[in-house]
Amino acid sequence: MDTVANTAEAYAPAACRDNDVILDCRVDNIYYGDFLAVRDSRVPICRNEITGFIGPSGCGKSTVLRSINRMNDLIRSFRFEGSVHYHGIDMYGPKVDPVVVRRHIGMVFQQPNPFALSIFENVAFGLRLNRFKGNMMEKVEKALRGAALWDEVKDILKRSGLSLSGGQQQRLCIARAIATEPSVLLMDEPCSALDPIATRQIEELMVRLKEKYTLVIVTHNMQQALRVADQTAFFSVDISQGGRTGHLVEMGPTRRLFDDPQETLTREYLQGEFS
Amino acid sequence: MGSPKETPRKWGDSFATPPSFGDVVFDRVFRGVAYAFTVLTILVLAYIVFEIGGKALPAVKEYGMQLLSSSDWNVNRKVYGILPEIWGTLYSSLFALAVGGVFGVAIAIFLTQDFLPHKVEIVLKNIIEMLAAIPSVVYGLWGIFVLIPIIRPLADFLHEYLGWIPFFGTKLNGPGLFPASLVLSIMILPTVAAVSQDAFRAIPLKTKEAVYGMGTTRWEAILRVMLPTASGGIFGALVLGFGRALGETMALAMLVGNSNQISLSLFSPANTLAALLALNFPEAGPMEVQVLMFAAIVLLVITLVVNVIGQLIINFTRPGGAR
Repeated sequence: MDTVANTAEAYAPAACRDNDVILDCRVDNIYYGDFLAVRDSRVPICRNEITGFIGPSGCGKSTVLRSINRMNDLIRSFRFEGSVHYHGIDMYGPKVDPVVVRRHIGMVFQQPNPFALSIFENVAFGLRLNRFKGNMMEKVEKALRGAALWDEVKDILKRSGLSLSGGQQQRLCIARAIATEPSVLLMDEPCSALDPIATRQIEELMVRLKEKYTLVIVTHNMQQALRVADQTAFFSVDISQGGRTGHLVEMGPTRRLFDDPQETLTREYLQGEFS
Repeated sequence: MGSPKETPRKWGDSFATPPSFGDVVFDRVFRGVAYAFTVLTILVLAYIVFEIGGKALPAVKEYGMQLLSSSDWNVNRKVYGILPEIWGTLYSSLFALAVGGVFGVAIAIFLTQDFLPHKVEIVLKNIIEMLAAIPSVVYGLWGIFVLIPIIRPLADFLHEYLGWIPFFGTKLNGPGLFPASLVLSIMILPTVAAVSQDAFRAIPLKTKEAVYGMGTTRWEAILRVMLPTASGGIFGALVLGFGRALGETMALAMLVGNSNQISLSLFSPANTLAALLALNFPEAGPMEVQVLMFAAIVLLVITLVVNVIGQLIINFTRPGGAR
């Protein structure tokens, strides 16, 4: 694929067609109090693809991800400048309720965090929250099958979600997130607390999930991005202005970004010169 | 552990040395002293039960089960029964638990679920804990001179218009179960609030993220996840509060009315085991002392049963436990 290497526009859009962009995230500035955490990063997310965010610690990749469904609003000093357009609506518009945003854009976290409820109730949680009136059991089974967990838990649905192993808990969290069938799923380092076998299972699951969902995944593991992501966004941190402000360096189809990075910073990172 | 006299052997060029002779001795002495105090605590408890039980025994032989089932207490006729006191103890404590429990848990939610800036939370938390530092007798005086006059119009109103409900069946004539229970609920409030707050604060951040990440409003988060997750600790708080209410003495002796009757009415005077003990010991004759010792044992047993049941329920409902 030939790309126009336009280094002047540092945050070049990815290679999917404009009408395939389901979520257009344009960050001008993100502050925590006076601290500028992320600047100038435009990250378009393509429909039914996996977009991976990679970069060194403190580069703001998690911050950007959590800004998409307004999770960062829970932090009092957080301030977002920019826009996140989803179905033509700015998620940061004045009339948009963050609670509603989070019901439409699901999230899976770094640490598996099932509720202290039964396995069934964990998955049914979002359905009950959205006053779902149909066959609850059917939806729960569908979500658990979707998360590749059904066969392991179908006989113990009444047991506490916390009684499962780490990898199972994480798949339970994925089932909980997809039970309400959101179109976008955000995953913040979903495998970093898991062993290699569980990681493998989650990665295979992600690739299957993209047929129905659009996934955005933050990972500190470059190989993981290479294995699962269709698009990859590389963030880095500049310490030049005294702070530690993260920003998008380069974004593109994963293979292209890894084989032929356009930016020196990207190449150095991929070659392991810093992390 | 090697013998302290063994000369430190050097493994390579490291500065690491084995613990010195002093360290080893200190470790052993500390462990021994801690162990001794633990055993001593248990022995003291056993001794108290043994001693009180022994003093109560003659009364049990003399009166038998009548002590538990009779409502009479007449020193001249030598009849003793503590049923009204058992009733009054449980009734006042349950009422206090209902009021103090609701407010205590509500305060805990208010102070832990980001309703207030962090600094304000800390200030309020400390003020509420200061309620626990007020002496019981001060609560009693406050109840007599402040609370009873305040609640009298309300009590009169309830009795007049809702008198057909058993709880409001009698008129409030000064001291009684209602003012006593209200004061009791204030007294257990700091315990319930503090322990419940700990339960809410113990909920990990990742749970909070998960629940808000699902798109819950604050109240949905609290009711659907935070409360169930903290339920074990909240239950423990309620048991502790209940235990405190059962044993509370001075304020109740001043406020409860000290009357040997069993009534559903909140406004009638009543009596509790602890108040009975405090008020009757000074002038008790030999047999009466034995009966009072029996009352003390009954109070002890009630408290023990409540705590054991509470502990069992906590163990069986602990979230994530092997169920």
